[in-house]
Formats: sequence, C-alpha cells, structure tokens
Amino acid sequence: MEIDPFIFRLSIFILSIFIGYYVVWSVTPSLHTPLMSVTNAISSVIIVGAIIAGLAGNSDGGFTISNILGFLAISLAAVNIFGGFLVTQRMLQMYKKKKKDK
Amino acid sequence: MSANLSAIFYLISGVLFILALRGLSSPETSRKGNLFGILGMTIAITVTFLSIGTFSNGLIYVLIFLLIGGLIGAYIAYKIPMTAMPELVAGFHSLVGLSAVLVAISAFLNPEAFNLGSIGSIKLSSLIEMSIGAAVGAITFSGSIIAFLKLQGIMSGSPITFRGQHLLNALLLISIIVLTYLLCLTQSSNYFWILLAVSFLIGFLLIIPIGGADMPVVISMLNSYSGWAAAGIGFTLENSALIITGALVGSSGAILSYIMCKGMNRSFFNVILGGFGAAEQSTASGDKEHRPVKNGNAEDAAFLMKNASSVIIVPGYGMAVAQAQHALREMVDTLKKNDIKVTYAIHPVAGRMPGHMNVLLAEANVPYDEVFELEEINNDFANADVAFVIGANDVTNPAAKSDPQSPIYGMPVLDVEKCKSVLFVKRSLSPGYAGIDNDLFYKENTLMLFADAKKMTEEITKNL
Repeated sequence: MEIDPFIFRLSIFILSIFIGYYVVWSVTPSLHTPLMSVTNAISSVIIVGAIIAGLAGNSDGGFTISNILGFLAISLAAVNIFGGFLVTQRMLQMYKKKKKDK
Repeated sequence: MSANLSAIFYLISGVLFILALRGLSSPETSRKGNLFGILGMTIAITVTFLSIGTFSNGLIYVLIFLLIGGLIGAYIAYKIPMTAMPELVAGFHSLVGLSAVLVAISAFLNPEAFNLGSIGSIKLSSLIEMSIGAAVGAITFSGSIIAFLKLQGIMSGSPITFRGQHLLNALLLISIIVLTYLLCLTQSSNYFWILLAVSFLIGFLLIIPIGGADMPVVISMLNSYSGWAAAGIGFTLENSALIITGALVGSSGAILSYIMCKGMNRSFFNVILGGFGAAEQSTASGDKEHRPVKNGNAEDAAFLMKNASSVIIVPGYGMAVAQAQHALREMVDTLKKNDIKVTYAIHPVAGRMPGHMNVLLAEANVPYDEVFELEEINNDFANADVAFVIGANDVTNPAAKSDPQSPIYGMPVLDVEKCKSVLFVKRSLSPGYAGIDNDLFYKENTLMLFADAKKMTEEITKNL
C-alpha cells in the first residue's frame, strides 16, 4: 500500500516543531526581540503562495479576483520580508558594539 | 523547473531558516544567521518564479506589488525607533495573518492554479488545511491589530471585559469546527466566508480583555499563531519551505509565551482569559498609599551613587516610555569613570515584548556583556551598594516572595531590596500594572525620585 504524501508532509511538520523547540531554547534571552522580528520575516515565505495566486493564468487573459488577492498578499508579505529582515539586521548591528575597554 | 527540483530548493530554504534561528544563540553569530534567512527567502521566491515557468500577463504586476511592499517595508525598518519595536512586531504579525487569509481565499476561488481540484470539488484534505490556515490567519490578523492599537496607545491598554465573554469565545471556537465540517460536506462558499468572519471576530475578542502589561505574552502568542497559519497554508500548497517555517515560527512563539508566563508566574490560560489588573485595582487604592516615603532629588541620588562601589540598574517599561536609555548610558559612563562597577539586571517580562529592554540598551551602546538576566544576577544584589530602578515596579516587588495574598505571589522578582540602598525613578507613587502597592517604596533604605526617567537621569549625571 502506498503512503499518502500528506503523511510525509506531516512528518516534516512534526520534526520541524521539534527542531524549532530545541533551536529556540538555545536562543539567548537578550536576542528575543530580534528572534521575533526574524521569525516574522521568515513566516512571510507565505509569499510563495501569493506569487502562485498572482500568476495563475485564466482563459480570457484578464485578472480574476484570485489574481488580485494574490497581488495584495504579495505586497503584504513583501512589507514583512523586507521590513522584518532589515529591522532585524539593524537591531543585531547594535549588539555588535560589544566589550569596550574599561 | 520540475516539481521535484523545486521541492529540493524549498527544502534548502527551510534548512537556511533553521540556521537563521540557530544563529541567534549568540550575538556574534546572529548577523550571519540573518543572512542565512535572507538567502533562504531569496531562494524560495526565485524558485517559485522558475517553477511557474510560463508567465501570464500577471508577471509585471507581481513584480510591481513586490517592489511596493518591499519599499514600504524597508522604509519602515529604517525609520522605526527602537522603542516602538513591540508595535512594529504586532503590526508585522497582522500582515502575515492577512496574507495567509488572502492566499487561502485565492486558493479557494481558483483551486486549479494550486492543483487542489476544481471549484465545487476541492480535495477534502486541502479544504481542511485551507480552513485551518485561513481561520488561524484571520485570528492572527484581527488579534494583532488590537495588540497594535493597544501598544500604540490608540486603544486603551486596560482590559475590556464583559459578562459571558468566555462563553461567547468558546461558542465561537466550536462554531469554527462546525463550519469547517459543513464546508467540507457541502463545498459551499458561504460557509467559507462565515468561517472567515467568525475567525476575525475571535481574534478581536481574544485580545481585548488582555491588559497592556500582558503584551509580552500576547505578542509571543500571536507570533506563534502566524507560524501555524503559515504551516496550514504550507500544507495546502504542499510546500515544504512553508511547512518547516510555519512549524519553526509556531514553536518559537509558543516557547516565548511560555517563558513570559513563567516570568509572571501565571498560567497561559490565566493570561489569555484576561481581566488581570482590573479586578485588583480596588484593593490597591487602600490606605497603604499614605505611608511616608523618602523623597529625594538628583543631588541625593548622585551622592549615593558616587559613594558606591557597585551599582545595578534595573530598567523597565518606564525607561522605554521616557526614551531614557541614552541618558542612562551617559550616567553609567560617568559612574564608570569614577571606578564604580555597573551592571544591568533584566527581568524576563520587563517591557512590552520579550527582550525589549535588551534591544533598547543595545541601541544606547551598552555592551551586552554588562547586561544580565534575572537568574544570573539575582544573587549580586546582596553585595551591591545601589540598585537604580528606572521605570520598573512590579518586577521588584518583594511581596511576590513574602505575601501569599498578593496577586503576584510566586512571581520571580529581582531581589532589589537586598541592596544597601535603592533608588526608584518613577513618575508617581501609583501602583504598577498589577495594581498592587510595592512595599519597597516605604523601606528605610529606599529613596524615591519622582520625575520623568530621562530628565532625572540627565540631572543625576550633571550632579555626579
């Protein structure tokens, strides 16, 4: 009997939760704010779905509501991607300046 | 590009995202981690374009919208003051939620484009995944909007409660399950729209009863939700990058919520059910307030600190509100010139989001190796001469250790009272968010400095 591909995706999902669990516990508490902004940025990988929605063709060549919703979702996700990674970079840059001589 | 090849690339992005989070285990590796994240995102987006192959006339629009969003995001990232990070993160969460909703609707309206079947006969599993993604996305969206409004001060930070609130929420949550079931049974789009509307409502109702100072938990929780929403959509789109990311973000937010709850010694449900603070207010404004306090000025504070050999700074949300972090650093610099040892003690729930104080201190160029977490530094208070509490209150309240009647009893607190003397920079004697009095104010060795945190710090520096 063949295994449903859903089971494989579920396996990836469950294992990723465990990876996330261990990786996040090792994040130093002083970097919890950058952690939130970077998780924000990476969860915007949902843009992948938005691009598919935006580019989905239809027979008469015009735009469907589905396309337009895709475009909007692309913009929203892009705000997050650029905003999230850049603001994280900006924050982490500040942590760079460490150990001054006393 | 073949489906298998693109799936491999999505997997690579997923791994890069894991490395991005891994990098945050120390400030040295964190910037490289962020680059891994950017690389992962770039790969995911590029692969999506390549896998579609034949471009419809939509391509130009896709790029335009990508650019518009990117420019807005970049502008915000450069302009936002560090004190506004909690609002920014809440706002960003709402965008993730909304885009999940939009993608779900889009997939529902045009299932062929996503290989999910056709309108009226969408695959059952896809329909369930889509409903979960859309519902969680909608809850994330409206919840984050409320959190944003509360953090911005547009909406009052005090909890809004009404009779039957929990019952209503429970009923709405059950209705989500019923609606999903009906949707799968009939494939009727009406149920899908009602499902979305109910989810938006739940997000709204879930956050309004939660008070301003519980925001660290709320933000972490919404962070987690945005991850689960992304994972739900990932299942619908059969995209491993989205599934991995969703799981990572979901568990990350959940862990942060847990850490925040532990920092307040409250259960997650206790926070979510809300209403904390409102009920306690009445007991707080009792006669205790009339006890005498020692009122000091900047000169007294400067004198105390100048004669100390070690000072511990305890920052709180008040420092963020007054934007006093730079003034504070200048004061500390002056102290250090006088050979006084200065360290910073951060309580897990200080501020309005996890790590809020650390970012502000980093912004003010405070080296991160002078900043310590509660467990690391709590024993040092007994040996320190002066504790300088700036804009914090409840996290120093000894009642959490001594008074079982206190609403914050059991909460881990900073042992500020063990210092030889305590300086409290505060605008007034008003109780903190928990609505309880702080015995520390009336202690023999406590000096209250009633002023704006920034102005007071600047004046102390002048007097040093």
